[in-house]
Amino acid sequence: MTRCFADLHLRANLKDQKATQRVIIRAASLGYTQIAFASTSRLNEEEYAKLKAMCRDSSVDLVSRADFYPRSEMELTHFLRRFRRQFEVICILCDNKEVARQAAKDRRVDLLNFSSLDYRKRFFDRAEAELASGCLAALEVDVKPLLILEGPPRVRLLMSLRREVGVAREFGVPLILSSGVGEERFMRSPKDLASLAYLLDLDEAFALDAVSTNPTAIVTRNRKKLGSRFVAPGISVIKEGKA
Amino acid sequence: MKRIKRRYLAVQVQREALPTEREFVDAVWAAVTRLYGEVGASQTGLALIKFDAERRVAVIRVSLASLNMVRASLATITVILEKEASMQVLSVSGTLKGLYSRAK
Repeated sequence: MTRCFADLHLRANLKDQKATQRVIIRAASLGYTQIAFASTSRLNEEEYAKLKAMCRDSSVDLVSRADFYPRSEMELTHFLRRFRRQFEVICILCDNKEVARQAAKDRRVDLLNFSSLDYRKRFFDRAEAELASGCLAALEVDVKPLLILEGPPRVRLLMSLRREVGVAREFGVPLILSSGVGEERFMRSPKDLASLAYLLDLDEAFALDAVSTNPTAIVTRNRKKLGSRFVAPGISVIKEGKA
Repeated sequence: MKRIKRRYLAVQVQREALPTEREFVDAVWAAVTRLYGEVGASQTGLALIKFDAERRVAVIRVSLASLNMVRASLATITVILEKEASMQVLSVSGTLKGLYSRAK
């Protein structure tokens, strides 16, 4: 069976249509079938429809994603309550331990992301992994810092990532490899992205799962949940009777 | 003596002005050395087989044991001689014949 590849973390100024289109075309040519843009500004319905049409023209499936940087547990729960049902993928960028722990144990969170530049703000330890493994959160690793950093900062980042990936594997937390880029020159094909995972001591199958099976499973699960027929996990409306 | 198993990689170079053969090879060596150091780079058995400027495709040979190292290094290339560039591995094969037939 051929794999479907997904890059759930592309960045682009979505108001700049030409630049966005170039990124979409490049993603399609590299072999991605699902992409998501991390957007901090909300698009109106018309803009979102245009973006979706651009993706459709390039035979790419657009996944709606929201990134959030909560500063406290309260802010996180408030955000989830407000936006969970509006986006297919929710990513929490954990800036402190309190938020990281709450995000890991909240079933509404899909992706946990940590600062790549400040290794002291990477809170994905065994406790975090244990909480995440009991829920549905996956660890997202952006490869952009691996491409742009050099020397000691890259060594430190690789060290942290290798440890985190090991912990994630031990506790069965899914790993998602994303590009995290907004420029075409930093975009890599799914297999090249997976090859960067060798730097994190991942074998080929696990690395390829991180760019295909794991992200697509999150999208499929959430689309099902957001569908009108979903009632609760394991329960869905098969047929509606007459009132 | 045990035969060294090799792999051939077809690599597409994306750069506004195409680098010369020498610049391409230097960029690959530099990337491998940056990531794995001089000892690591010396174990790759890296060699340029063909550089097709028209199609912007280069064929390189590496040892099987270091295939993942080289692939990861190629993915980290973002600049060649201070100009933006990237490389994409198009295919990998154990023989040149296999590589060319896949490219067709």
